Amino acid sequence: MISILTNNWSALLEGIKYTLESSLIALIGSLILGVIFAMLEISPNKTVHIIGRTYVEIFRNIPLLVVAMFFYIVMPRFIPGLDGFTAGTIGLTIYTSAFIAETVRAGIESVPVGQMEAARSNGMAYLQAMRFIILPQAIKIVVPPLGNQFVNLVKNSSVLAFLAGFDLMYQGNLIASTTFKTTDTYLAVGLLYLVMTMPLSYLMRYLEKRWAKNQQA
Amino acid sequence: MQNFIQAYSWINLRFLLEGLWVTIYVSAISVVLSFLIGSVLGIIRYMKIKYVSMIVGLVIDIIRNLPLLLIIFFMYFGLPSTFGIRLSTVGAAIVALTIFESAMLAEIIRSGIQSIDAGQMEAARSNGLSYLQALWHIILPQAFRNMVPPIVSQFVSLVKDSSLATIILLPELMYHSQIIYGQNTNYMIPIFIAMAVFYFIICFMLSRLSQRLAMRLK
Repeated sequence: MISILTNNWSALLEGIKYTLESSLIALIGSLILGVIFAMLEISPNKTVHIIGRTYVEIFRNIPLLVVAMFFYIVMPRFIPGLDGFTAGTIGLTIYTSAFIAETVRAGIESVPVGQMEAARSNGMAYLQAMRFIILPQAIKIVVPPLGNQFVNLVKNSSVLAFLAGFDLMYQGNLIASTTFKTTDTYLAVGLLYLVMTMPLSYLMRYLEKRWAKNQQA
Repeated sequence: MQNFIQAYSWINLRFLLEGLWVTIYVSAISVVLSFLIGSVLGIIRYMKIKYVSMIVGLVIDIIRNLPLLLIIFFMYFGLPSTFGIRLSTVGAAIVALTIFESAMLAEIIRSGIQSIDAGQMEAARSNGLSYLQALWHIILPQAFRNMVPPIVSQFVSLVKDSSLATIILLPELMYHSQIIYGQNTNYMIPIFIAMAVFYFIICFMLSRLSQRLAMRLK
């Protein structure tokens, strides 16, 4: 296993780079999309609410692979030159945004209605009240699940291997098929994934516990 | 439009439905197995048995933090090369899904049990119940109520995740779709839509079920 790591270090490092890059872009993108659709979902306007809800329900209930494959196979007919990495990252972004929208919506809804009413009756506009009163409170509830979403993104970005996206899983497959040391290669790749995901998921568990305690006090 | 009508011929639809059946079949077996294994592991982790719980906890955390795709590859390509265990595609898919989802469920079940007030256990114990009796009759029934929605959403994930097994050529919905549009690229968009709709129907029904159950249990 160690020889796999040392002999193929540059390829694996390249894979890690692509995995992290894709996950980070998708995190930022899905955060923006997720907040937008969460806002649509909680809107008092019925039509806007339905648009937000439909988006979330559709992408929460379809496999990531289907979404990613759609951008890899169908979309290049309309947008030429879409490579596997870009298509996969777009798929990851859209898929994850539905989960983030749910998380953000639950976070916002957990802030009591009275907060909004109080802010509004103090003369704030709806958006001002959102920006200064509701969102700061919602953030504490939302950060740990978002961190966990990033962990999920790192794991889920392995679908790039289906799309020739040059991520860690893809490199791992290449190494496995050239060296024939499949077990060792997958163990090494697994170890590298754990180095990326485990510290973050432990940190999020710690934050969750700590903030939960603060709220009780 | 012509493409759509031709793509949805009975032969193609039947082929998609056959794929859907494999998806459902593999998911259902994995759901049952991972629920049983996950419950046992979750309870062991909660019970804080010296060393045992710690090791179980570490294994759960490791599996939870790995991509499922890697576990599938390992089961299908890794096991035969080193250990000489050759699983069929269906077998490898079920084993990989069960291992991954058991770890996910174990964590849900552990945190569900932990959310029950410690006073409940103390009260049960001081009423003369043994630790296991208290767990079985007092703690678990209450915890189960909180756990149902997240458990069902995990089952939804399982159904979706089963699509990853196309990579080892499991003849499920995603793979059958690929075969159809691989033969005639004009069918690509209609078949993609049909595949997405099939997945959506199953997952959406399960999600709705979990919301319904959550409401009723409250």
